[in-house]
Amino acid sequence: MKILSENRQLFKLAAVAGLLTLLGCSDSGEGAIKELAFKINQNPFPSTYKPIASKSILITNATVLDGIGGVFNDTSVLLQDGKIVAIGNDLSAPDESVIVDAKGKWVTPGIIDVHSHLGVYPAPGGTAHSDGNEATNPVTAEVWAEHSIWPQDAGFQRALSGGVTVMQILPGSANLVGGRGVTVKNLPGVTVQDMKFPDAPYGMKMACGENPKRVYGKKGGPSTRMGNVAGYRQAWADAQNYQRTWDKYYADHEAGKKDVKVPKRDLKLETLALALKGEILVHMHCYRADDMGTMLDVMKEFNYKIAAFHHAVESYKIAEQLAQANVCSAMWADWWGFKLEAYDGIQENIPMVHAAKACAIVHSDSDLGIQRLNQEAAKAWAKGRRAGIDISQADAWQWLSANPAKSLGIFEQTGSLEKGKNADVVIWTADPFSTYAQAEHVYLDGALIYDRNDPASWPVSDFELGQPGEGDSK
Amino acid sequence: MNRLIKYSLLGSMLLTHIVDAKNIAIVGAKVHTMSSQGTIDNATVLIKNGKIQSVMHGETALSGYEVIDAKGKVVTPGLIGASTSLGLVDVGFSAGTNDSNSSLTSISKTGAAFDVSYAINPESSLMAIARIEGVTSAATSMVRTGQLFNGQGALISLGDIIDPVIQARAFISTRLGNNGADTVGGSRSVIWVTLEKALAEAKFAMGQSLTPIDEWHGELSRADIAALIPVVKGEIPILVDARRAADIRQVIALKQRQPQLNIVITYATEGWRVATELADSNIPVILDPEANLPFGFDQLGSTLKNAGRLASAGVKVSIGIETHNIRLARQHAGNAVANGLSWDQGLAALTINVAKLYGIDDKLGSLEFGKIADVVIWSGDPLEITEAAELVLISGEKIDMHSRQSKLRDRYLKLQTDKPMQYVRP
Repeated sequence: MKILSENRQLFKLAAVAGLLTLLGCSDSGEGAIKELAFKINQNPFPSTYKPIASKSILITNATVLDGIGGVFNDTSVLLQDGKIVAIGNDLSAPDESVIVDAKGKWVTPGIIDVHSHLGVYPAPGGTAHSDGNEATNPVTAEVWAEHSIWPQDAGFQRALSGGVTVMQILPGSANLVGGRGVTVKNLPGVTVQDMKFPDAPYGMKMACGENPKRVYGKKGGPSTRMGNVAGYRQAWADAQNYQRTWDKYYADHEAGKKDVKVPKRDLKLETLALALKGEILVHMHCYRADDMGTMLDVMKEFNYKIAAFHHAVESYKIAEQLAQANVCSAMWADWWGFKLEAYDGIQENIPMVHAAKACAIVHSDSDLGIQRLNQEAAKAWAKGRRAGIDISQADAWQWLSANPAKSLGIFEQTGSLEKGKNADVVIWTADPFSTYAQAEHVYLDGALIYDRNDPASWPVSDFELGQPGEGDSK
Repeated sequence: MNRLIKYSLLGSMLLTHIVDAKNIAIVGAKVHTMSSQGTIDNATVLIKNGKIQSVMHGETALSGYEVIDAKGKVVTPGLIGASTSLGLVDVGFSAGTNDSNSSLTSISKTGAAFDVSYAINPESSLMAIARIEGVTSAATSMVRTGQLFNGQGALISLGDIIDPVIQARAFISTRLGNNGADTVGGSRSVIWVTLEKALAEAKFAMGQSLTPIDEWHGELSRADIAALIPVVKGEIPILVDARRAADIRQVIALKQRQPQLNIVITYATEGWRVATELADSNIPVILDPEANLPFGFDQLGSTLKNAGRLASAGVKVSIGIETHNIRLARQHAGNAVANGLSWDQGLAALTINVAKLYGIDDKLGSLEFGKIADVVIWSGDPLEITEAAELVLISGEKIDMHSRQSKLRDRYLKLQTDKPMQYVRP
């Protein structure tokens, strides 16, 4: 990944610089050595995630949805050294493997939620825990959601019992640019770094429509949708300018010019500039088709990429344009009407987007919804079929794992059951397109991190220790 | 009691709309009557003049009936929205008037007097969106008055009719948990005394003349007194939002002090911890069974198991706290079933239990002789999310199975058109 490779470069440079300094002390000869250009550390809060060690796991006799359109009956899946090693019949597993008989059960990739506020708007709520919107300026690209995440939010465990293995945690939608989102693995740690998905690119949250104009309408603006758009454009223009300043610095330095000054860092513009370069992925809250249409043009004007529109309740109206622009839509199954820009939400949105060959994602934006994303997909799938859109369950599962992984830039590592990928796997008690199906086993990087049948093994957040219902089935 | 008679008159006025209704026979389905008849396979449901005439196994002579073939289908009573603001709100947020909220006013010092029966809009888009998915009636009330009570709620039909009110002033609601304390005085120490005093004044005023020329030195307004008298008489239920075990115990203690009160607890998040006491006190609950996080310090013990544990202890459970998406109540009930509630109780929580709680089980909530023919024909198990309502009858009439959402869908199902979309009439 880009961020990692830049980081490695940085370490190398630092080592070389140290060496040169030593040399400089011992050798007071003429300065033949050029000073190194200033490099920004793009990964100052590196992941400390460690997978749990596990024996090999052989899941047998299952109905397997591979998450990329395949369905296999009475099939085995072998998880070894944190990876998916094989899917098929008559697999030979190492001697000490754990055999899990999944007869009558279903196996899918772990669910990936591209839109969560767990930890930044944790339970319990209240102003003390309201850490998701830096509502002090309409453009706060400089803030990072990971610095607000409280890993003791019990919502993580609840999501786990719903089969969620990975999620993107985003700032809220009060601002035009809300700040950086972060992709985490759903293995609660003591610090957020323990949860960060190694090498995942950052996301950046932006918001269309009602929220920013409501929040800033009496705080200096924007107070209208046109004000919103002016705000995005100015922010991008400033970021372009900022990038030019740094490009010039590196070019001048490279050319050996004298007295080249390192530009002043601006954390806000730095994040925006990385988004323009495609190194940070833009996730934009946008309900209405016309708002999305506008943003597709802003995207062209500044030559950046929107990974996904979130809460895209009207994507069905412009599904073909979204397919053409290769922008995903992250959607609820049936939320509607809680505000005017959600008034045209329909239950066939997700299958209609899929049918137009655009990228459809089921997302939650909810600490309750995240526990039942399989049911959200099932409802949308069923409504689509009733409207004559015949999508297989195997294809529909793309909404829950593969497409979210693609929009987060982690599809090479996870999001489907394919050989060599992270062993993020859920065993369901039954067909997961049912109200009654429950996640029975959840595996993350090949380790069993949730077992519904073993209450003693369930994680309990610090907050819930010593409280009513500690360790209860939640 | 006068009041009750008036309501049933209102109910029969409602029925005048459907005197012309065809006689209908629904044939061949698996019918969950929710009555003592239980579940009947391959049943025939006869509907006459908008009411259920009979439900029986097998076929019968059907001349004079329009026959609906429902072989392989599942039939239930229409679902009753247990706690909604249907008809009071279109878009609640930054979009103009919302009749489910109010600001402080001098007519009431407690919010008891407010009466939503004047505010209901039967043509709100939410009505059709809910009814085509099997919700045929509902309790509707305000959700925020900034005062002790959230006004007097109404029971309404979701039929496409001019007067949807089945029963006005059918219940009153209040909140005694964190949210209630935050609204009134900032403390439970304030809100409970305020409530006790309000009930005591209403009790005192019973039978007294309170015309404008009579003296009245109580703190409640006369309008509040009028609203609270049926509550203290136990003629209508008082819905109390209470979540932690300690709050629920306080409510049980209130019931012990004033046994005539008809108390219903809403949310009852930690109800499972006092389930036996609730059952012994004969206090039913309306749950949001999916809320399983410690959203506040009055909900620490929340769990998906709540509904099942309460029902096992003998508490009557209703499910359905929603407005725009009250159609999802059956998913909520299905998840309660996945977490320990019996399937029968899951369906009862959407039908007969709700009717009993509001005292309208003589009219609604089950399929038996003489009840209003609110009937849903489902493609399969109604608690299964992939199944759907295929045909809905309200007061014995087949409803139009369209809503503005289905029209939006149909308009955009084919994206390629010769003209702009606004010229496409689905």
